[in-house]
Amino acid sequence: MNLFFSLVVIAVLIALPWVLVGAAGLDYLFGVIVPYVALAVFVVGLLMRVLQWARLPVPFRTPTTCGQQKSLPWIKPSRLENPHSTLGVIGRMLLEVLFFRSLFRNTRSQLRDGSRLTYLADKWLWAGGLAFHWTFLIVVARHFRFFLEPVPWCVSVMEGLDSFFQIGLPIIYLTDVIIIAALTYLFFRRIVNPRLRYISLAGDYFPLLLLLGIAVSGVWMRYFDKTDIVGIKELSMGLVTLGPVVPEGIGVTFFIHLFLVSALLIYFPFSKLVHAGGVFFSPTRNLANNNRVKRHINPWDYPVKVHTYEEYEDEFRDVMKAAEMPLEKE
Amino acid sequence: MAEDVKKPEELIQIDYGPPKRSWMDPAVKFERGSYNYAAVKDNQEYLSLPFPRKWQPYEDDWQLPDGWEEIIFKGFKERLEKYRSLRIFMDICVRCGACADKCHFFIGSGDPKNMPVLRAELLRSVYRNDFTTAGKVLGKFAGGRKLTVGVLKEWFYYFYQCTECRRCSVFCPYGIDTAEITMMARELMNLIGISIEWIGTPVANCFRTGNHLGIQPHGFKDSIDFAVDELEELTGVRVEAPINKKGAEILFVAPSADYFASPHYYTLLGYLQLFHEIGLDYTWSSYASEGGNFGLFHSAEMMKRLNSKIYMEAKRLGVKWIIGGECGHMWRVVHQYMDTLNGPADFLEEPVSPFTGTRFENTRTTKMVHIAEFTADLIHHNKLKLDPSRNDHWRVTYHDSCNPVRAMGLLEEPRYVINSVCNNFHEMPENTIREQTFCCGSGAGLGTDENFEMRMRGGLPRANAVQYVHDTHDVNILLCMCAIDKATLPPLLEYWVPGVEVGGVHEMVGNALIMKGQHDRPTDLRGTPYEQNGKEGDDNV
Ligand code: HEM
Ligand code: SF4
Ligand code: SF4
Repeated sequence: MNLFFSLVVIAVLIALPWVLVGAAGLDYLFGVIVPYVALAVFVVGLLMRVLQWARLPVPFRTPTTCGQQKSLPWIKPSRLENPHSTLGVIGRMLLEVLFFRSLFRNTRSQLRDGSRLTYLADKWLWAGGLAFHWTFLIVVARHFRFFLEPVPWCVSVMEGLDSFFQIGLPIIYLTDVIIIAALTYLFFRRIVNPRLRYISLAGDYFPLLLLLGIAVSGVWMRYFDKTDIVGIKELSMGLVTLGPVVPEGIGVTFFIHLFLVSALLIYFPFSKLVHAGGVFFSPTRNLANNNRVKRHINPWDYPVKVHTYEEYEDEFRDVMKAAEMPLEKE
Repeated sequence: MAEDVKKPEELIQIDYGPPKRSWMDPAVKFERGSYNYAAVKDNQEYLSLPFPRKWQPYEDDWQLPDGWEEIIFKGFKERLEKYRSLRIFMDICVRCGACADKCHFFIGSGDPKNMPVLRAELLRSVYRNDFTTAGKVLGKFAGGRKLTVGVLKEWFYYFYQCTECRRCSVFCPYGIDTAEITMMARELMNLIGISIEWIGTPVANCFRTGNHLGIQPHGFKDSIDFAVDELEELTGVRVEAPINKKGAEILFVAPSADYFASPHYYTLLGYLQLFHEIGLDYTWSSYASEGGNFGLFHSAEMMKRLNSKIYMEAKRLGVKWIIGGECGHMWRVVHQYMDTLNGPADFLEEPVSPFTGTRFENTRTTKMVHIAEFTADLIHHNKLKLDPSRNDHWRVTYHDSCNPVRAMGLLEEPRYVINSVCNNFHEMPENTIREQTFCCGSGAGLGTDENFEMRMRGGLPRANAVQYVHDTHDVNILLCMCAIDKATLPPLLEYWVPGVEVGGVHEMVGNALIMKGQHDRPTDLRGTPYEQNGKEGDDNV
């Protein structure tokens, strides 16, 4: 049901520009207005999310420690898995964000021969996830060739590396192949594995399908449709320089691609995709385990009802006296 | 153990396949053996908690107060504004499933709602419905659920089927800590008078008398005195164990089970021997005689109420610093919360070992040292005369308790101590120890008789790893540094791995410690004669 719902939404998102640009000629709407609105929603929405998180108090310092603490001088502390300093925390966060450190630990538990539990390393999700995120980043970065004039050297270098194998015409980007493969894997994983299918919501299928749609329409344009790149650059430069124009002769595939990207931008701040920002705020990862060294203040701390020693002694004075225990008041 | 308990062969027939029915339709059955009884009215009243009443989870009518949905909604809103963690954890889960099979309750039960991700979704679905735009507009399509009695019953069932062990948090790419989500859910349920007996009763007892069992001060003194007498019989040395002594250098706080329960008791004997042998100027306190803090399993407020005693007592007695005994969740509270809750402890001094001169710099503000840190330091400086062969009848393995590992990082200290006092130490498989350690399955208030089946399920991964070292290395004792472990691992092992005992690290220290003026010690602390194990007791003395 969740899957079906996502498929329908994707189909609608593809059909809209197809029909409205292809048949009704609403180029300006899909080429200019929607992208601007999408970008605005994305920026404002994400900013609001991030500011909301940043504003919230962190009452307790609760890192999840995954290694030896720093205690006695002759015991080697685990600086990255259980950081005790800011530097360590930065290291830990970099490992998480750049290499998905925690996901790398993944194991699969199995009950063998009906009685023996085993936990085998399972790196597939890690590899698939990492492949998708890195290629996504590179693909996005490569797009700056459409938005910047002259094209910065780093973008060109990246393109050069990406087309390292010099196969096909136009030359195939490695990242195009990897991103589609990785997204396909992530998508089918959710369908094939019964446990994942059970937990998956529409909000889990949809972004994968959307990203696949974006990647496939992009690839289609580049390798099969051979879209008018000059026209597209004119449009994108127009958008960037705030003087939007919609040149003639841009194929409908491009409008589909652009519309799906706009949908992603709009969807992003209101969905699980905000994990991109949220991961930096996770208190179990971004705090140092220096709890007994440095006092942490809870900004909303309030006094509570306690049971004082005086109340305790008042209640138990007789028995304490009989047991010859020291007393404050005889 | 009740008669109608399933046999291990039956219990291990686990079906991991998810059911047909969507998880969004609430469906819980309160079957014997897998839920806990409701908190007792008198105790709720004693603690001035809202809506005290007589009810039980298996009853249809939970006698919910009028407007309970509104109370929970407000409580939820308040916590979303007070805890960045909660908001982040509600917002960023991608349901990647990495945490799914990391929870011992899922591994042992196959119930999909015991996957940490779904446990969290029970709360998150209500969050989406009530607090997010997408949920308000799209409802079920965005994964939103209205809070109904059915959902509430699910909360009760599954949030009291989480031991707040944090294992899931180790594997989550964003560190989402379902333990903390469970804490929040329990706080919300508390607001409408829903809690369990084995949290309410210990908390009330502890608040009043200083220990979970509600034993009064003279009873506490009797226990300690009894241990002193027994130790004299075992070793020929009469130790001193001062209680409520003003002006002592150090306050010692242990979990109360150490002086009331077995096998904790042997660890108590170990502490007493150790402190006597080095001549520590310390005191017990009858008022702050509970380090273990069941308030942690109730609410942040209750945790603070109970924890307050330690610093107040340290101040009253005028000690310089504090040592804490072998306990798991106690150390979560001491390490991660105490200073924030009840500090600053500016009336104490930075802990320095009087014997080695070691400055415990890692405890500079909290001023409370873990006994494993303290003892490891003594051993490292050769301050103890140890004969590890006195533990040769034990083939040991070590269970890392969840909290000291995943909320502190106490890994090497206990291992160093064990290796110094035992000759036969074998680790369990790598995915079941250290930061990946498996819970005993009975923590966070779940260690009750009525919950027995679920405990055996939750403890399966731990027991299974013990089975492995039992089979391959003939291990016959599982050491641990936690009072809940010592109470709940014995029945667990009796159920899954008969023939393996449970003991404390300082019990082993006690066995190995050679005391000045001791007589021939023909038995270990448990009174087991060494001869029976083919060893002479006084070989190396
Ligand atoms: C700081 C940046 C980011 C970090 C550290 C990060 C990290 C992760 C991790 C660890 C996962 C789980 C593994 C997986 O399923 O692949 C994940 C999932 C995902 N991420 Fe990101 N991410 C980031 C940014 C983004 C961005 C910018 C997008 C896309 C627009 C994105 C889209 C996704 C999607 C769709 C999934 C779900 C995959 C699935 O359903 O299986 N992420 N992310
Ligand atoms: S590992 Fe983390 S992100 Fe993945 S499903 Fe579990 S809680 Fe969600
Ligand atoms: S904290 Fe422990 S018991 Fe709770 S969901 Fe996570 S793994 Fe399971």
